Formats: sequence, structure tokens, C-alpha cells
Amino acid sequence: MAVEPAGLAVEDIVALERKEGDRPIAGVAPSRLALRRLRRNRTALAFAGLFVVLVGMCLAAPLYAEHIAHTDALKGHITDKVVVDGKPTDVVAPDGVPIGPTWHGRFFLGADEGGRDVAVRLLYGGRASLMIGAGAALLTILLSIMAGVLSGYLGGWIDTLITRSLDIVWSFPVVLLGVALGTALALGGLQIGPIEISGESLLIPLLIIGFVYVPYMARPLRGQVLALREKEFVEAARAQGLGPLRIMFSEILPNLSSTIVVFFPLIVANAVLLEAALSFLGAGVRPPAPSWGTMIGAGVEKMVSAPHQTIVPGLMLVLTVLALNVFGDGVRDAFDPRAKVRPQDGTSR
Amino acid sequence: MARFVVRRVIAMLAVLFAISVITFAIFNVIPNGDPALRMAGRNATPQQLETIRRQWGFDKPVPVQYAKTMQLVFTGELISYTNQTNVVDEIVQGFPRTLALAIGAALIWMFFAIALGLYTAVKAGRFADRFLTVIALVGISMPVFWVGALMNYYLGFKLGLFPNGGYVEFSDSPYGWLSHLMLPWAALSILFIGVYSRILRSNLLDTMSEDYVRTARAKGISERQILLRHVLRNSMIPVVTLWGLDFGAVLGGGAILTETVFGLQGVGQYAAESISNLDVPPVLAITMFGAFFIVVLNTIVDVVYAALDPRIRLTS
Repeated sequence: MAVEPAGLAVEDIVALERKEGDRPIAGVAPSRLALRRLRRNRTALAFAGLFVVLVGMCLAAPLYAEHIAHTDALKGHITDKVVVDGKPTDVVAPDGVPIGPTWHGRFFLGADEGGRDVAVRLLYGGRASLMIGAGAALLTILLSIMAGVLSGYLGGWIDTLITRSLDIVWSFPVVLLGVALGTALALGGLQIGPIEISGESLLIPLLIIGFVYVPYMARPLRGQVLALREKEFVEAARAQGLGPLRIMFSEILPNLSSTIVVFFPLIVANAVLLEAALSFLGAGVRPPAPSWGTMIGAGVEKMVSAPHQTIVPGLMLVLTVLALNVFGDGVRDAFDPRAKVRPQDGTSR
Repeated sequence: MARFVVRRVIAMLAVLFAISVITFAIFNVIPNGDPALRMAGRNATPQQLETIRRQWGFDKPVPVQYAKTMQLVFTGELISYTNQTNVVDEIVQGFPRTLALAIGAALIWMFFAIALGLYTAVKAGRFADRFLTVIALVGISMPVFWVGALMNYYLGFKLGLFPNGGYVEFSDSPYGWLSHLMLPWAALSILFIGVYSRILRSNLLDTMSEDYVRTARAKGISERQILLRHVLRNSMIPVVTLWGLDFGAVLGGGAILTETVFGLQGVGQYAAESISNLDVPPVLAITMFGAFFIVVLNTIVDVVYAALDPRIRLTS
């Protein structure tokens, strides 16, 4: 396994070697080859850089709030005035229209109807959106690995049970299921054994999104496990007397790693989008806590008088998701050049 | 073949049953979810609560409530908790709007996805391909409700080219109908064009390296003929599958976001409103309705595949 890159035919190796110039590829681990390919993909790296910058900005939210904007994400300044072009201007005009972008430290991107600083909320909202997106994607991957490996390797009634459950979750329209769960859980909170999660917690949308996407990843993983189960190295492991758990997690799981790496950025992108959709419909992050979705949801109602409230968080969201998608595409090209596995379509409409 | 179809249909009914149970449970098992409390309003006396509970059957055990609700779904007598309207009537009323959205958008996105997929596959690796691939990714990365809101604002409000949301019956004014649907169609299609064109492109590229394509070329058939007759046809199979499923999802009220942002008042928007009111009967009915379309189309796809490819029939 270490000598021949997994799943590659002789002609692929020849083609790859030609591309690699004079660097030999025989004897190099497939993951190293993939990283080599990824490193040469300038577009993917540029967008990865953009993503890192966006994450950095969101992480720096408290610094920006304290030293530049002099406020926080929740504090309202309805009655304040701010100096624009030398004239003091109401943050929120008497008719309720908030100020647009001032392009200065305070209210750099304008205010919302509550007199809160949009730029500060944008950065804090990004922390919420990204945390939910990344956390949900991790949860999806963990659950999908469990489901895919167990059902693919063990087969029998366990397989039937797991695939049928996945079919059921999969048959719900994604947004409908997410919104239904979000609304119900926001009302009552959630209790898992001794752990109690209140309805306002960010963990609620995280858990929902992580759960909803499981079938989209578990199904392709199961398919791969079904193929791997028949491979000689698994038979060899069985012949050596290894137990099923050992085979599943130390023989089969490492062979799924490239699929998992390929899926991860794409699932984070989808999860960030779904968080926005749920929050937009009022079933994700609870206002007044900011997230990009809640900001867009509140902004849409004020679109005519204060379009910046909608445009700004939307742009930030699109940039983030685009960066993840382009980078994810590059990762897929590098790790899975013949695109054998793809996450199934799970878009939010 | 007949046995395969029967097995699929039984599995389909089982999935629909499970979905209805889960949806009912989501709203009935949660704490603080007592519908009587919400219906009675803030200052209800315990007697009033008791009356409402008895009247609506909330005092019965949950399985009994479930059976009763499902009976009402199938007899078409299901009543909403919040405004006491007939749920099935509301769905029937919203369905033509959802249908118009689904059919128009599905045709638009399929047409442009094929055009874009073919063009990028033919130009693979060149600048045009790389540029359009990034554009398709931008389409996938935009939330549909945000695109819809921007379209409403710039094309509807600022330029006055389109009405700002809402819906007009085709029989009242064909032009009004069309102009109200143009933006929802466009917004919904953008996402799908991105998804489909990328899948089609990679399928086309895979198929182009098949031996039979080389044979066709050796026979002297024109490139155009090869592309349209031999390559495109074979590459369309997965895209058509996906198209069936997505069309079903939109038809079943899955386009919640699009319908809401444009105020189409279709099945999807009814779903969104009912959910935010925690109005169980409509949510249950719409989820069943939506899942029905997804599951039925999925079953049709499976059966058609099995008819075309005997290997599937034998292995599953």
C-alpha cells in the first residue's frame, strides 16, 4: 500500500510523473503527493488565504470593538450623534432610519435600527457563524464516520437500520427539517442526559446542522467502506485474527482519510449557508445575538431605507463560503484527482 | 422487476410513515410546547386551558393524538391551531404558485446548466473554463434569500423593472404573472445552475475519454455530433436524476427561502409561517407533502434505473 498510491493505475502514475517533472513519485505517500499538488494550485491557496484573513478578522472582533468602534455588539446608540463630514449626525434619524457607512472608526459600516454598530456586529456575528459552521461540520463528520463504517463493514441488520434511518433524514427537505427542529428546540431547549442546553445557546443550531447533513456524507462513506471491505489487506487483517473494531478503525478508517479531508471544507461551507438560512427564518441564532443570518434577516425588513444592513453581512457570508468552496475544490482536485467521491447535493434553497 | 417495484413502494410507505411520526414528535415531545398555552393567550384561566385541551384532544395520550391528526390529514379536515383554517385547503391554494415557481425555475436552470456545462467542458483548462467555473462557484456560495432581497431592491425598487414581491394569477394577467415570477425563477436558478453545470462538466470530461468516443471520432463523425449525441447523452444520467429530486423538493414546498423572500404565498412560505407559529397541523401536513414528492421521485428514479440497468436489480 505504501509503494503504490491507492487506486492509481500505471498510466496515472506515468501521467503524474510527467506532470511532476523529474521528481519521482514512486514510494511517496499519496497524501504527500496530494499536498504537493495542492501547493501548486495558486487559486486554491489564494482563497485559503482569504479565508484565514476573514477568520482572523472575526477573531479580532473584541479588539476592533474596544479600540476602534468603542462599543460592543449589543449596545444601542439610538440617541447618540456621530460626526460625519464635520457635522454631527443622528445615529438613528428621528424617522427610524439608521445611519449608513461613515467609513470612520465609529459606525464604519453604519448602524442598525437599534443604533448598534454594524461593523462590530458583523465581526461578532462572523464568530457565531463560523463557530457553528465548523462545529457542525465536525459533528457531521464524526457521526457520518460512525454510521458509514459501522453499516458498511458490519452489514446485516445494523446496515439496514442505519441506511433506513439515513433515508428518513434524507427525505426531509433540508431547510424544512432544520427550521422545524430549530423552532421546537429554541422553545424548550435540549436535555441530553445530565447536560442541559438552553434555547438561546449557539449549540442548538450547531447540533441541528451537524445532524441534518449526516446522510449526505454517510452515504458516500458507506459506499467506500463496502468496496474497502473486499480488499486483500482487510482479508489479511482478518486472517491475522484482528477483531472487527480494530479492522474498522485502524485498517479501514485511515483509507477514508482523503475522502474526509475532501469533504470537510465543502461541508463547512454548506453549514455556514444553512446557519444563515435558519437564522434568516428565525430558527437559528436568537436575536439580539448577532450572526450573519440574523443580520440579513433583520436587514431585509429595512431593505428600502437601509440596504447596507443586508448587503454588508451578505457580502461577508458570500466571501467566506466562496473561499471555502474554491479551496475545497482545490483540495478535491489534489486528493481525489479523478473525483471518485462527491458529497451529495444538500443545498439550502 | 415487479418484485423490485413492490419492494420499493413498501419501503417508500415506511419512510413516509416514519417521517410523519418524527415530525409529530418534534413538536409534541418538546418541553414548553403545550399548544393549549399558546392558543389560550397570555391571561388564560386554568378552566379555559382545560376546555381547549379537551376540545382539541390535547388531554389524550400522544399516540392517540397522532392517530387522530393523521386521520384528519387524509380526510382533508385538518385544522390549523393558530388561525383555525383548513390546512389542506391552504396547501391546495398555495400549490399552483409553488408549481409555477418549480416548473419555470427547473426549465431555466436545466437549460443554462447544460449550456454552461457543455461550454466549460469543451474549453476545459482554458481561461474561459476557469473563469466560468469560478462564476459557478460564486452562484453556489450565495444564499438564495440574500440574492432575492438584492434583486428585489435593485431591479424591483430602484429600477422599477419588476414588481416588489407578491404573486398575480395567470388568469388575471399573464404579463403580471410572468413579471412576478421572473425574479424568483432567476434567484432559485442561480444556485442550481452552479451545482448542475459543475457536475455536468466533470461527467462530460469523463465520458470524452471513453473508448467509444474515440471510435466515433475514427468513424469520421463531426465533433459536434460526437459531443451532442454520444457524449452529452451519457453524461446527462446523473444530472437528470438530481434534477428529478430537486424538482420534487421545490414542488413539495422545499423552496421555503425563495418563496418567503419574494412573498409568493406558496406551500413553502406557508411552511415557514406555520413553523414560526409552532402550528403543528400545517407543519405536519406540509412535511408529509414535501417528503411525498421527494420519496416518490426517488422511487421513480430507482425503478427507472433498475429497468435500464439489470445490475442494480440484482444487487439490491
